Amino acid sequence: MELKNLAKVIRSKNAGPFCVTFDIMFADKPTYEKVKSTGVLSAELISGLYKIPLKEVRFFACDSALSFKASIKRNIFSGDIGDSDIYGAQQHAPLLDIEIPV
Amino acid sequence: MKKELRIISAAGNLGYGFPEASLAAAMERNPHFIGCDAGSTDAGPHYLGSGTAWVSRASCKRDSELLLKAARKAGIPLMLGSAGGAGGRKNLNFLVDIFKEIAGENSLHFKLGVIDTEQDKDYLKAKLKQGKITSMGHLPELTEKDIEESEHIVGLVGAEPFIQALNLGADVVICGRASDTAIFAAIPIKEGFDPGLAWHAGKILECGAASAEPVVAGDCILVTLRDDHFLVEPLNPALRHTVLSTSAHSLYENADPYCLYEAGGMMDLSASRYAQVDERRVRVSNSKFIPAEKYQVKLESVAKAGYRTISIMGTRDPLLIDQIDHYIEIVRNTVHNRVNDAYKGEMTAADYILNFRVYGLNAVMASWEPVTKTKSHELGIVLEVIAPNQELANAILALARTYSLHNHFPGRLCTAGNMAIAFSPSDIPMGPVYRFNMEHLIEIDDPLEMVKVKIIEL
Repeated sequence: MELKNLAKVIRSKNAGPFCVTFDIMFADKPTYEKVKSTGVLSAELISGLYKIPLKEVRFFACDSALSFKASIKRNIFSGDIGDSDIYGAQQHAPLLDIEIPV
Repeated sequence: MKKELRIISAAGNLGYGFPEASLAAAMERNPHFIGCDAGSTDAGPHYLGSGTAWVSRASCKRDSELLLKAARKAGIPLMLGSAGGAGGRKNLNFLVDIFKEIAGENSLHFKLGVIDTEQDKDYLKAKLKQGKITSMGHLPELTEKDIEESEHIVGLVGAEPFIQALNLGADVVICGRASDTAIFAAIPIKEGFDPGLAWHAGKILECGAASAEPVVAGDCILVTLRDDHFLVEPLNPALRHTVLSTSAHSLYENADPYCLYEAGGMMDLSASRYAQVDERRVRVSNSKFIPAEKYQVKLESVAKAGYRTISIMGTRDPLLIDQIDHYIEIVRNTVHNRVNDAYKGEMTAADYILNFRVYGLNAVMASWEPVTKTKSHELGIVLEVIAPNQELANAILALARTYSLHNHFPGRLCTAGNMAIAFSPSDIPMGPVYRFNMEHLIEIDDPLEMVKVKIIEL
């Protein structure tokens, strides 16, 4: 099933002007645990989708928040020349169609 | 130490608006103080650069007036930080003027504590020489040239300047750039509450009702801080805090959900416990604050990067859309050649930026966009030039706009014009372009050495 049909929240936002952070949040523990157990959501996945070296991806599985988080450096800082998204709030689309085998 | 501290946060940002009914409900709970975050780097570098706010003066005054009146009526402190959007001196004065105006119009008399956190360049250069300024990892190490080029430099101050203002007798505190959390954590720390709980409560409070469900930015919440836990709840009956909404909030806008840095230390939320007390309230405990060995303050700064002019247009021609990348390169080369000619080699492609932001293709995600070929029947194009001054930016953009409209392309049928230009005038000068040029930590001995605190009697 595609992640957009499993998650309650899939979002991106600046964490400061130099970093963008992604949150994938679930409404209930069983769904979160099922997704977690597949191992699909990982630093490797983010590294591939956004073409960031693996060692530069910070990835967290936050059990109490039923959420996954990935944080990466922005290629162009917020408001810098050529920046396309001041708030960093529209960089999440590649996450929506991730296929999770559940 | 007090048994408990009741703290109100008015909204996620001063000027976003909050329901008067929520504030009224909040005041009925006899809070000990009210706080509100008044700025952020969220909106980009322009607001520190220009010294302006990104909420209107009217909405800022509306929120300020409600909060000031409520606080004075109850005789409790009002704490505001990151004044005027960016917390530079001009931004700070913008908010202080609003408060003076409200005080005058309503015959309100009180002591206003004003904390200026804009930094002196000579002071920073001296600290740099002493090796006290370090990069946080995204930007190169700082140089004297960076300091010289900066338009406005601010320190993201912690709790101590707020406490100092209160110690000097302030009833209302307006701080320049500050840690959003410190706005709320200062009084709890001053009153001797557990720092881990104080800082975590501050983190939740600074976003207003964003930690509640459903998520809204502009509404009030109440934290009841006690010695070994705190409770959090929204004041609007349509909202509620849940374990999930509260614990998930530490993810919002944070690169790391558990380790959150402040001047003087780090919050560790990895073992925090959340419990649903009733339908609408959550109990939080076991949050830690680990003091740092060195007291470090984050520096924020902007430099000017040039002047910008834009034009907004669109194309509805499928033949052009099909070859849009190639077409843009043709236009770009034409513009570069024409500029070279017109300025006889004094302005070359290296001296200005020419961007084509193609909405419908890759304007939003840019280099992260996985889609390479658009399926859209129309494209929006924002043409952008950044040049050393406004006249040059205007002139080069005018050329780019002309060639975008009229350039030939293979198979072209629409020989009267390739673009639907949105406005007359077609070219929109946007003024100076600022960019963040610091993300550095400065190590200081005294938390108050970087700030100027004064009391104004109103």
